[in-house]
Amino acid sequence: MAQIKTAGLSTVYPNGVRAVDALDLEIADGEFFALLGPSGCGKTTLLRTIAGLEQASEGTVTIGDKDMTATDPGRRKVAMVFQDYALFPHMTVAENIAYPLKVRRHPKPRQREVAERTAASLSLGGLLERRPGQLSGGQQQRVALARAVAVDADVLLLDEPLSNLDARLRLEARTFLKRLQKELGITTVFVTHDQAEALALADRIAVMESGRIRQLGTPREVFGRPADTFVANFIGSTPMNLLDGTVTDRGLAVAGAILPSPTDLPDNTMVTVGVRPEYLALEPGGQGITGTVSTVENLGVSSLVTLECPDGSLLGLTVREQHEPAIGSEVTAAPDPGRVLLYDKESGALLSS
Amino acid sequence: MRATDSAGLGRGRALAFVAPALVLIGIFLVFPALWSIYIGLTDYALTGPSSVNPRLVGTGNITGALSDPLFGNSLWLTLLFVFGSALIGQNVLGFTLAWSLRGARRGLRRLVEGLVLLAWILPSTVVAYLWVAVLDRDGGTLNALLNTPGTAWLVQYPMASLIVFNLWRGTAFSMLLYSSALNVVPPSQLETARMVGAGRFSTLKDVVFPHIRGHVLTNTLLISLWTANDFTPFLLTSGGPDHRSETLPVFIYQQALGSGALGYASAISLLLLLVNLVIALVYLRLLRRRG
Repeated sequence: MAQIKTAGLSTVYPNGVRAVDALDLEIADGEFFALLGPSGCGKTTLLRTIAGLEQASEGTVTIGDKDMTATDPGRRKVAMVFQDYALFPHMTVAENIAYPLKVRRHPKPRQREVAERTAASLSLGGLLERRPGQLSGGQQQRVALARAVAVDADVLLLDEPLSNLDARLRLEARTFLKRLQKELGITTVFVTHDQAEALALADRIAVMESGRIRQLGTPREVFGRPADTFVANFIGSTPMNLLDGTVTDRGLAVAGAILPSPTDLPDNTMVTVGVRPEYLALEPGGQGITGTVSTVENLGVSSLVTLECPDGSLLGLTVREQHEPAIGSEVTAAPDPGRVLLYDKESGALLSS
Repeated sequence: MRATDSAGLGRGRALAFVAPALVLIGIFLVFPALWSIYIGLTDYALTGPSSVNPRLVGTGNITGALSDPLFGNSLWLTLLFVFGSALIGQNVLGFTLAWSLRGARRGLRRLVEGLVLLAWILPSTVVAYLWVAVLDRDGGTLNALLNTPGTAWLVQYPMASLIVFNLWRGTAFSMLLYSSALNVVPPSQLETARMVGAGRFSTLKDVVFPHIRGHVLTNTLLISLWTANDFTPFLLTSGGPDHRSETLPVFIYQQALGSGALGYASAISLLLLLVNLVIALVYLRLLRRRG
């Protein structure tokens, strides 16, 4: 068990791309940590640099209390599960799980015993003699996890752990993964481009873009108070409304309406107003943003209603099923108190306190 | 006539189309093969009475060959040649080149591949002449490089020279085949081996070879057969000195056109064919026993 620390860590590829750019990060012992971002943001490179598969160009990687920056991947006590699981097709499940022990020249009976015990704890009991090709995607993933945890690694790294599973299996595997991580209590870092996955699994999330961390926080913080408009856009299954607004002496002028201003910014400051569709409610006759219902999208238990405001901007809000307004009707939507976020118009950084 | 084939030609016209090719194959492949099997059963010779009136000797040529120390010598040298230059030499060197060039820079990779390929695509006569020049006793390049004046490589070490020559000549094929075979190995599996601290040997044994087993067998089969039937040694040593580099193809040539014993040479050709067949069958057996 160990914490991970990077200090000024940069990984530059031979073609000059700075995939990871001067990163300072601390991941606590036993934490389930997500690296989240769009493709090409450097999250996988960061994971691979922690693993030692990529060489850090600057800065250090510390695992436990040892500087591992130049250590061979095989000596870092780090286990990794790849996106494609990387199971050896010519070995049985038992041989795959015991492979790290085989490399370390443990005696055969000991290999077998560990394989059996690990397989049992990951409900792979009856599959020990099968080949990976004979297993379902979910079972293959569990074999890869079993191989990773068969040896006592300090850190577990997962590259896109759920992306190769179909949608139904993915939810099941997500729950399984979260329970396994809590049971083992092993420091775990995983990479994902799926914000829902990161929110569901992680204790803390680092949202990355262009090799830098845009926000670091708990799922609640990242979802509720995105640090900038990039994160605001990226997190949430329905995108956050980001509208142009102005601070006036009467309040916040946005989309043709005046809302109570959440800040004491000077008048006439131009801002970007952010509010999640989930934090907006229909308020007949109340104080809010008025618009015409243009589309209603069914999300199952709720619907995403899009309003067209007088100034032409679009505002999305979620409404409980059977409460959807008629298309073409004029309604008023009011944000929940404290849920309106103001961002700097230029930099996109969060302004309101 | 109603056409029953997919091209709609009808049997007659279809036959007319393939007939020229079949005739050519018949004249230049099937007939000579059958003819050489037939004269292998006779004492047919280039000169003398049996060139006019060959006698049937049945299996006499075969039994004669099996008790001929020169045939035994050639068979042994052929096996040595195949084992040393193909089975071990080209295989190992080709794989080593392919494996170590995997991560190399593009320019370096192209350069090495180009040089190795050059040895492969040059005509045999040119290559043989080059090597005669390199290995020459007086003024040979190798003697100048190694500072070993007066060493007649092709006379003193004929078989070793041939093995090294064939290694140089044929490695390109193995290298190319293994280069593309190695692309089959998923990088994540190599990295998994790296993460658990597997060394180079166990990575090759546990991860790489199981993936390219089929390629290894196919490559070994092809280069073994090519080497066993290779006639280029004749251009370097003519089988000498004193039969010390007389592999079977050279032996057959010497018997047929040197001694004029066409019947005997044909019988030995048949034996060489059988040797090839045995090699091929062994590989096919191994290939079928997969995983």
